[in-house]
Amino acid sequence: MIIKTKATIPEREITDQRIFTARRAIIKAAAGAAALSFLPGESLAEAKKYANVPLGPYSADLKPNDFEDVAGYTNYYEFSTNKTDSSVLAQKLTTRPWTITVEGECEKPGIFDLDDILKNNPLEQRIYRFRCVEAWSMVVPWIGFPLAGLLKQFNPTSKARFVEFTTLYNPFVMVGQKSKVLEWPYIEGLRIDEAMHPLTLMATGMYDDELPKQNGAPLRLIVPWKYGFKSIKAIVKIKFQENMPQTAWNKSASHEYGFYANVNPSVPHPRWSQSRERVLGAGVFTPKRATELFNGYGSEVASLYAGMDLKNNF
Amino acid sequence: MVKFNKLKLGIFIACWLPLLWLLLDIILDNLGGNAVQAVHIRLGDWSLRFLCMVLAITPIQTMTNWRGMAEYRRMFGLFTFFYATLHLLAYLVLDHFLVWPIIATDILESSYIWFGIAAYLIVLALAVTTPKWVIKLMGKDWKKLHRFIYLAAGAAIMHYFWQLKGNLAEPLFYLLVIILLLGFRVLVSFKNRVVSRLMLPKGRR
Ligand code: HEM
Repeated sequence: MIIKTKATIPEREITDQRIFTARRAIIKAAAGAAALSFLPGESLAEAKKYANVPLGPYSADLKPNDFEDVAGYTNYYEFSTNKTDSSVLAQKLTTRPWTITVEGECEKPGIFDLDDILKNNPLEQRIYRFRCVEAWSMVVPWIGFPLAGLLKQFNPTSKARFVEFTTLYNPFVMVGQKSKVLEWPYIEGLRIDEAMHPLTLMATGMYDDELPKQNGAPLRLIVPWKYGFKSIKAIVKIKFQENMPQTAWNKSASHEYGFYANVNPSVPHPRWSQSRERVLGAGVFTPKRATELFNGYGSEVASLYAGMDLKNNF
Repeated sequence: MVKFNKLKLGIFIACWLPLLWLLLDIILDNLGGNAVQAVHIRLGDWSLRFLCMVLAITPIQTMTNWRGMAEYRRMFGLFTFFYATLHLLAYLVLDHFLVWPIIATDILESSYIWFGIAAYLIVLALAVTTPKWVIKLMGKDWKKLHRFIYLAAGAAIMHYFWQLKGNLAEPLFYLLVIILLLGFRVLVSFKNRVVSRLMLPKGRR
């Protein structure tokens, strides 16, 4: 286990986000010109809500992507199938107040306010690799807390073999839900041991600040050894259950997107290779890099799948 | 050889603009986080657009009775080949840095690329048979060979559909364009057949 202090994050990343925020502010200000004087550089730096969150365990010793790469290139079909349009459309989402419904095989179900959950689960920063099923990848400094700690607070029963997660359904705001690209609401799931694994994170922020709305605010899952579509965004419901959840992509194309969706270079998607990946932000002249089994987290998670045929359970 | 009138020169120059625009965006770092994918999308889209423009010439000629458009068909055909070649080179060099074993694995495991290669091989065959002396040499076979452009269009559309996860609107648009362009020909040939049947003297049908 590597425990590092905050200092390992290159200063330039922080600068990058400040520039980004400033640029955003300028765009906004252009609409209402007078606002510009309200935005001195100092207050922008202070605006970072999670700047003092400590670095947690398991953070890979990796250089995070520029904030813009992560915030400007998202698969968020609830808003749009276009990776940049979703960044604009998602701004309509209201992320407070926000409640999470907990139900199913547990002793303490209920409806919980997100801010209460955040109070009871100390935040930490985790720098994780993120690999999309579309063969691109990035490195993101998430702010969140281990899912295991949260789930234990609801006392799951012995019947709780799986956990199902549901995204908000509101087609008036999430305008992509008006079209039937997927069955809404978006549903994802994990086996209980995957959910309880210390790598599995509930994220509410990134780059020292709150999650941008297009990145899944106010609360999303992060399962770094699985393809990105497992890491469900804008969660409103958590359900413990005995049976394997019917997940959104699996329902839409079961031969292409399995329940496990573990990153695996030797199991190609039926229509494209998974053996290599494009690294976001690397520029035009950097070839694809080799994809690692379990996205490089094999020493932590391979034992979860001991004896399992990873080709059949893709 | 080739006589450039003003219109033709203008169109010829315009055909280079997508490349110029792409190079500018590379230099200015305007292609976003997934820059290599952006290059593929630009070059792939322009290959397909030029292919559609090739197929559009005959209908336009039929409708407007404007002769001398065959030259433009040839020019757009060569630009289809040009952009498709850049698209292929981008794949070989930018994605895989010409490492052939890696390229072999990637192609074997990526069925959407098979359709792209099929489309490219046809476009290549059509491009190398454009010189006038080859046309003369091939005689009737030339026309037969160049009918394969329809197959290239079909393969290109499949190549597009086959790589996507959810959003099929764009390839559907190109599919519709190609169906319209082909449908026009079917209608015309049907009409011609009926007309020629009516024109033929009895007993010689
Ligand atoms: C005439 C031949 C071809 C045409 C018309 C064509 C057209 C296209 C189109 C329209 C796209 C999608 C652009 C978009 O998403 O908007 C595309 C993407 C792509 N094509 Fe082609 N293509 C051709 C040949 C090839 C060949 C020969 C290869 C490789 C050997 C290839 C590899 C690719 C790749 C790697 C992508 C990008 C996939 C991604 O997003 O990662 N194509 N092509």
